[in-house]
Amino acid sequence: MNFTLHIWRQENRTAKGHFETYQISEISPDCSFLEMLDQLNERLINDNIAHPVCFDNDCREGICGMCGLYINGRPHGNDDGVTTCQLHMRKFADGDEIWIEPWRAKAFPVVKDLVVDRSAFDKIIQAGGYVSVTTGGVPDANTIAIPKHIADQAMDAAECIGCGACVAACKNASAMLFVGAKISHLALLPQGQVEHLDRARNMIIKMDELGFGGCTNTYACEAECPKQIKRQNIARMNREWIGQLFGRDRKN
Amino acid sequence: MNLDSKIPEGPLSEKWTRYKDSQRLVNPANKRKLNIIVVGTGLAGSSAAATLGALGFNVDVFCLQDSPRRAHSIAAQGGINAAKNYQNDGDSVERLFKDTIKGGDYRAREANVYRLAEVSGNIIDQCVAQGVPFARDYSGLLDNRSFGGAQVSRTFYARGQTGQQLLLGTYGALSREISRGTVKLHTRHEMMDLVVDNGVACGIITRNLETGAIERYAAHAVVVASGGYGNVYYLSTNAMNSNVSAAWACHRQGAYFANPCYVQIHPTCIPVHGDYQSKLTLMSESLRNDGRIWVPKKKEDAEAIRAGQKGPQDIAEEERDYYLERRYPAFGNLVPRDVASRAAKERCDAGYGVGPTGLAVYLDFASAIQRLGREVIEQRYGNLFQMYQKITDQNPYEVPMMIYPAVHYTMGGLWVDYELQTTIPGLFAAGEANFSDHGANRLGASALMQGLADGYFVLPYTLQNYLADKIYDKAPSVEGEAFVAAENRLKERIVKLLGVKGHHSVDHYHKELGKVMWEYCGMARSKESLAMAANEVARLEAEFASDVNVPGTNDEFNPELEKACRLADYFELAKLIIADATQREESCGGHFRVEHQTEDGETRRDDDNFMFVAAWEYQGHSAPETLHKEQLNYEHIQIVKRNYK
Repeated sequence: MNFTLHIWRQENRTAKGHFETYQISEISPDCSFLEMLDQLNERLINDNIAHPVCFDNDCREGICGMCGLYINGRPHGNDDGVTTCQLHMRKFADGDEIWIEPWRAKAFPVVKDLVVDRSAFDKIIQAGGYVSVTTGGVPDANTIAIPKHIADQAMDAAECIGCGACVAACKNASAMLFVGAKISHLALLPQGQVEHLDRARNMIIKMDELGFGGCTNTYACEAECPKQIKRQNIARMNREWIGQLFGRDRKN
Repeated sequence: MNLDSKIPEGPLSEKWTRYKDSQRLVNPANKRKLNIIVVGTGLAGSSAAATLGALGFNVDVFCLQDSPRRAHSIAAQGGINAAKNYQNDGDSVERLFKDTIKGGDYRAREANVYRLAEVSGNIIDQCVAQGVPFARDYSGLLDNRSFGGAQVSRTFYARGQTGQQLLLGTYGALSREISRGTVKLHTRHEMMDLVVDNGVACGIITRNLETGAIERYAAHAVVVASGGYGNVYYLSTNAMNSNVSAAWACHRQGAYFANPCYVQIHPTCIPVHGDYQSKLTLMSESLRNDGRIWVPKKKEDAEAIRAGQKGPQDIAEEERDYYLERRYPAFGNLVPRDVASRAAKERCDAGYGVGPTGLAVYLDFASAIQRLGREVIEQRYGNLFQMYQKITDQNPYEVPMMIYPAVHYTMGGLWVDYELQTTIPGLFAAGEANFSDHGANRLGASALMQGLADGYFVLPYTLQNYLADKIYDKAPSVEGEAFVAAENRLKERIVKLLGVKGHHSVDHYHKELGKVMWEYCGMARSKESLAMAANEVARLEAEFASDVNVPGTNDEFNPELEKACRLADYFELAKLIIADATQREESCGGHFRVEHQTEDGETRRDDDNFMFVAAWEYQGHSAPETLHKEQLNYEHIQIVKRNYK
């Protein structure tokens, strides 16, 4: 297969970026999108055409959340329920033009080419996205019984891989699906109850502080999430927010 | 140097308790004055960093990804073992211990493995308290599944994403400590060298992957939890950034490297399909609970399938060879990984392989779907089936999966004693980066167990025992000569690699190295093939040094430079793997020497001559390494031939 690639090139955080066009030929339809870029880089290096294109990637099996490209206007491209590393070239037509951009969001500054800085997500989790237990001194695992459907719902929310596609898909660059997923995961479980109101408040305040926008209620995040995290998590987050406004557990 | 494994006195089941009762502690006021570096944020690294931070130490933690949550532990699918006996099926600490020792083909250290089994239950308690959403049954209690090498059901799981959920648990614990200020996080920082002063580990040199800045960090102790070295084979189930370099830097500075030839080849991976391929994808071992592995009984059928004239549906039930069930009736499809991998290779080499390349076997769910219904199978393995379909474009609910073995895990690693301390005082190794618990073959669902055992429940004790003396020391400084020398060494290396500007990319050489290692030092090894491998690796290494093209400079985000530094270390490691495989004139676990097999093709150990850990000492870039032996003494367990029939 042959493709025309328009790729965002940007030297570093402060440099001005631009699109660069490359032709690539003889690509197998069974090849993954990132393997296609590997082959482009191999050719750029061997023929000394340009510096290879930088893009984040690691596990290449759709779970680490490191890869994430904006492909023809869609985060992770035109297949549903996959990350960029699991997108295969058979999903494109021979001769296609492909536009490849980094995530676009104020809270995710571009580091180089297609690589962005997602440390804002870490900061939100640090604000409270955990149960405050230290190692040791916890009860036997089976003393906490959790109804299966609740455990399953918590797991549905916990499957988030933190790739940032939800933010990239949103016109407002809102992180509510990401934050809602973590708040839901822990709010659903008895282990998360003790801190649930403080957790919601601290994470949401941090999210706003870092420059993520508000929800547009168009649910592009849900449509583009490679793990198909549900928008109900945003509703649960809002409920937790309101709960903490009136809740008795509120500190201060 | 004499290898002292520092195993405590007393009966096996009391050793760890005795150790904890008599170890030295550091009081809270002094903990604040002690600095610890942790390299890696997988299960071992992040659980260690979080626990040590919570105890009150000053911890600096490093990862090379953009977030600690990306570490490759996240990709573990099937589950984590623990001797909880929640199923009332006869499990116990003793039985988990025995299964692990036997699974490792009697090449692991008894005391370490017993401790691992002992703390396994605490890990599950800890994870549940953190809110890890393990699978539950309708009573609301925890569910279990079976894994290879065991006849009980002791594997806890969270769908097909157990590693992810456990890692997010440790990531949460780590994030909490970061917010409390006890742990400082350094992302996109790669450990490039270890700093040793007066024989004691005192810090590391890192490269900031975004800016290229070379930085120095000093500490009273260094923990390396940087994972395994499977990527020396280029194609493996490891992540693209998984590498040996942090561990190898320790080895170059004097830490012994143990049992490098013990490499685990996982039987159920999606087969290789093209030269451009960058990695292999694992299909969890848990699939062998319900999937049956087969190839056609007749060679003509296999040939017809390879030519595309027949499909698996055209092969009648009685024309199928369920070779694992045939050869190993007691364990069937749940034999350990090394056994299953070799059996697949045997069938394919004999001409019964399927798929376009002939290097694949079927993993068939038809009978399980018939028995349990599609819905149950979907619930159990839905995400794995989806992943398979996305990659291969085939629907495994209708057509059997095609699978073939691939490099997955490395049992070898930095030599450590009972305290997880390497041969360099002050340098500790945890998780896959050390060699200690799996012998010559790791059982499924035991890597997660070991990573968390080391990080949550072992290092926090043993590190204190070491640090108790350090309260009298000055605060570590990065100004010393040892730091200057280490930094200069690194800068020289980088300048050299960037200066070659030859004709081929780093990946070109890495692929070549991988092919050589897989072909001559993979699932089956012989004296001749290893000699061939040694020659080829030396040739490739010389070519790489004189003809590699690393574009760009040091002072920028430069993934090609990162890869070049790592590949240079892989060449050295490859030579050591070959040397180790050559000296080990026996077959055990993942190490299969064709000269040493039984009549029916099983491994033949040589306990009289090879019941030892091979610990190698670095002697400089081009000199052969020196072998030191740690004899394994089995006091508790009765050694028998490993038999899964």
